[in-house]
Amino acid sequence: MPTKIDYDAKIPNNVDLSGDRRLQRALEGWQPKFLDWWGEMGPTLRTQGVYLRTAVSVGRDGWAHFDHVNVPDYRWGIFLAERDPDRVITFGEHQGEPVWQQVPGEYRADLQRLIVIQGDTEPASVEQQKLLGLTAPSLYDLRNLFQVNVEEGRHLWAMVYLLHAYFGREGRDEAESLLLRNSGSPDAPRILGAFNEETADWLAFYMFTYFTDRDGKYQLGTLKESGFDPLSRTCEFMLKEEAHHMFVGTTGVDRVVTRSAELIREHDTFDIAGHGGIPLDLIQRYLNFHYTVSLDLFGSETSTNAANYYTAGLKGRWQETRRKDDHKLTDAAGSLARPRADGTWETEELQAILLLNLDLREEYRADCQTGVNRWNKILDEAGIDFRFVLPHPGFNREVGINSGHHVTPDGTVVDERTWLAGKRKWLPTPEDLTFVRSLMHPVYERGKIASWVAPPRQGINGKPFDYEYVYLS
Amino acid sequence: MTRTTTVTFERHPGGYRHWKLSTDGDVAWLELDVDADGGLVPGYELKLNSYDLGVDIELYDATQRLRFEHPEVRVVIVTSAKDNVFCAGANIRMLASSSHEWKVNFCKFTNETRNAMEDATAHSGQLYVAAVNGTCAGGGYEIALACEKILLVDDNSSTVALPEVPLLGVLPGTGGLTRVVDKRGVRRDLADVFATRPDGIKGRTAVDWRLVDELVPRQGFREAVLARAKELARTSERLDGEGIELAPLAHRYVDVVLGAAEATITVKGPQDDKGWLLDVTRELDDAILRLRTNEPALGTWVLRTEGDPAKVLEHERAVFDAKDCLSNEIVHYWKRTLKRLDVTSRSLIALVEPGSCFAGLLLELALAADRQYILDGPPIDDEDSEERASITLSEANFGRFPMGNGLSRLESRFFGDPDHVTRLADECGKPLRPAEVNDLGLVTDAPDDLDWEDEIRIALEGRASLSPDALTGMEANHRFVGPETLESKIFGRLAAWQNWIFTRPNASGAEGTLRRYGTGQKAVFDRKRV
Repeated sequence: MPTKIDYDAKIPNNVDLSGDRRLQRALEGWQPKFLDWWGEMGPTLRTQGVYLRTAVSVGRDGWAHFDHVNVPDYRWGIFLAERDPDRVITFGEHQGEPVWQQVPGEYRADLQRLIVIQGDTEPASVEQQKLLGLTAPSLYDLRNLFQVNVEEGRHLWAMVYLLHAYFGREGRDEAESLLLRNSGSPDAPRILGAFNEETADWLAFYMFTYFTDRDGKYQLGTLKESGFDPLSRTCEFMLKEEAHHMFVGTTGVDRVVTRSAELIREHDTFDIAGHGGIPLDLIQRYLNFHYTVSLDLFGSETSTNAANYYTAGLKGRWQETRRKDDHKLTDAAGSLARPRADGTWETEELQAILLLNLDLREEYRADCQTGVNRWNKILDEAGIDFRFVLPHPGFNREVGINSGHHVTPDGTVVDERTWLAGKRKWLPTPEDLTFVRSLMHPVYERGKIASWVAPPRQGINGKPFDYEYVYLS
Repeated sequence: MTRTTTVTFERHPGGYRHWKLSTDGDVAWLELDVDADGGLVPGYELKLNSYDLGVDIELYDATQRLRFEHPEVRVVIVTSAKDNVFCAGANIRMLASSSHEWKVNFCKFTNETRNAMEDATAHSGQLYVAAVNGTCAGGGYEIALACEKILLVDDNSSTVALPEVPLLGVLPGTGGLTRVVDKRGVRRDLADVFATRPDGIKGRTAVDWRLVDELVPRQGFREAVLARAKELARTSERLDGEGIELAPLAHRYVDVVLGAAEATITVKGPQDDKGWLLDVTRELDDAILRLRTNEPALGTWVLRTEGDPAKVLEHERAVFDAKDCLSNEIVHYWKRTLKRLDVTSRSLIALVEPGSCFAGLLLELALAADRQYILDGPPIDDEDSEERASITLSEANFGRFPMGNGLSRLESRFFGDPDHVTRLADECGKPLRPAEVNDLGLVTDAPDDLDWEDEIRIALEGRASLSPDALTGMEANHRFVGPETLESKIFGRLAAWQNWIFTRPNASGAEGTLRRYGTGQKAVFDRKRV
């Protein structure tokens, strides 16, 4: 007799794992592979315990539990937001019908694809951030890195749960493939470009968690509207955790800017590289890069796929229910600015339903702007005459109508020569990367922090900054 | 056409409205005498021995009874009981007022019946002879073409004709175009002339062009025809044996359950009932015909079986070994019924579950399907059961029941790997377990008991969401790999062109040929060639 495994103790969940033979069987096959993947592709730095938040339920209070955890023993769980028995589909041709508790056969392939693409991003960032623990600027930051990593791992579990529970053998195969593709791998790269970019340093990590994880927030937000209820509920709960990743990004860039401002004031120069700080124009170049590769994640501005997903009720708009329209969009129009070869922009009228990716991207752009405002406020308060700006959405794009055009950060369409001449001013140069990397020395001492970043205003879960967030050796 | 009546396919000679069936020793007379007021649905008159589905259902019944009930009959004379007209073909008003799917289904059934006449000639030693005693046009000539010999009355006025193209702007779609060149070997330029003139060809020219075989004087026509038939009967190789009466269907072995988007057909295997194969074939044949005609919106048929595979094989063995007239007829009837499945424009999904009996000739049902799923695990409602699904190959799967393309279903399935079929022959008689079945490529997938219901549900729902037209076209293309035969050309090429023409405004538009026929007005064509 095989020993009976206590699933609920090993894997916190609210999906009745102990009563679901099919899910158990799937996880029995997958979990060891996940742990192998984590061992091989997860954080390189070995620790003796990290002060981590573990999701243990979905209730309003006390959904998470904080404690020092040996990272490989982290209890990755499966949680869906509470089910609303009256929930109906709020958009598309099934508007008003009860949400689906099973995958409709008609949409199996589309739903599976959406889940696989979302799922593929989750482990990718763990892989991208694999080496960062070796150069953490403080134990507090190191802890945050691990928190982000384990939660991306849990988000992978969440998508794998959907594949296992609802997509049969094909779902199990896809779940396994999520572990076989790897960020930056020449043979089997991750599906989306931004997730094959290296996260080489901590400034990139903050930018990534600010800009790229924020794309995740918006994608999850559209999937939360899905007519496929298990997907909707899964994404709703993931959004809760995603908020912390945004927080790491926002405050991370805050603290870099704060420190740079201090050094500029102290030495009365913008050229603070020699004083162990990161110059503001370099931060702007990082921002330009991470923002624009994240814009690529929204896909092409016009998309019949997105329109089909919308009509089918698979993927809605950001805050769909708050929109004041017919939620079908068959008659609505929208406009799209397109760069022309002669250097001008033309505006095209299109059916709104074809512009859903653009719609989401615009929501995202407005959200990104709030961060930029926040960082500018720090500079303003320090009396420094420098302002960060979000570049034009046509700048540095590989996907959509702007790819193949050269657009400067201020939205001027230029020729290739002008572009190449300006590129060094706009995007991180090899020298920038080398310089930032030169600052990346680990600071593992309690209460200490690296030279290029300010300490946080508050610690985690009410603990002070000098709390021993991570036990090393 | 709005159809409120449900079409049934059971007929008895005593109740025929349109045909007279009589036998004279080894010769049978099958005389067409259409009751003009006896249309299957109201709205048209069946003048000049023109026919509709109801007329053809009786013809089908007659061909079946001749094979099963009349082992003594070696020649069947098809003629008309009316003076000066043999048959004017399919009724045009019926066609003009029919929905597209009705027209297509009608043509499919008439094609199958014509093929069955040829099958009787080829495999039952029942030679069909057309005694064309008057005008013979369109579908009427196509009935004659399905016969082995065509005798034309030599009255200097009766013609054979395929006037569809010039008169109706559609094709002679019941095999006419194909049989003229492929079966009768008419020269293509003469066939072109023939098929574009509305008045047809008579007398000597018809013989010279190979459109008919012989001329028979008007005086003493019947006597001469009978004499010729008696002569031909001596060449027949009909097997000896007892006939069997085709009693009304008992509906014991085939269950049909109608769902929202699919029909589930469950075929039950034999216990120790000697008449099982004939009965199950008749019931399945009837179920296919009724579903096709009456349930056009049920786009997927789920094929299941229930019973003991060993008993299926035992029964099959007995039928194969008997080598008499009746068992020969039963085998060929099962063959024709499987062919009906092959040309059915429905998605066919076979489910092989514990308790099923997909063995030998019943396995052909699964092989006729577009996909096969076998449950790799205990029965869904009894997870402690030791019972498992299996498939058993037999001689029946290796050429006894060829498809329209002349290949067995296994040869068609493994068209890219003929050696595999040879290897499979070694597996005959062994119940193959799901994993083996899957490895041998005999099923599409073998989900286990945890996945089964969801996989099947999703497969069926997914199917139901696709374009029915595209599915029909796709399935027909996948089902018939490899060589072309007269049959595959008729169901593939000829029928596909005809069905396309039927939907074109030039035929079915308000000013199209079918609508304008008989109004005195000319059709208006869109002149662009497609």
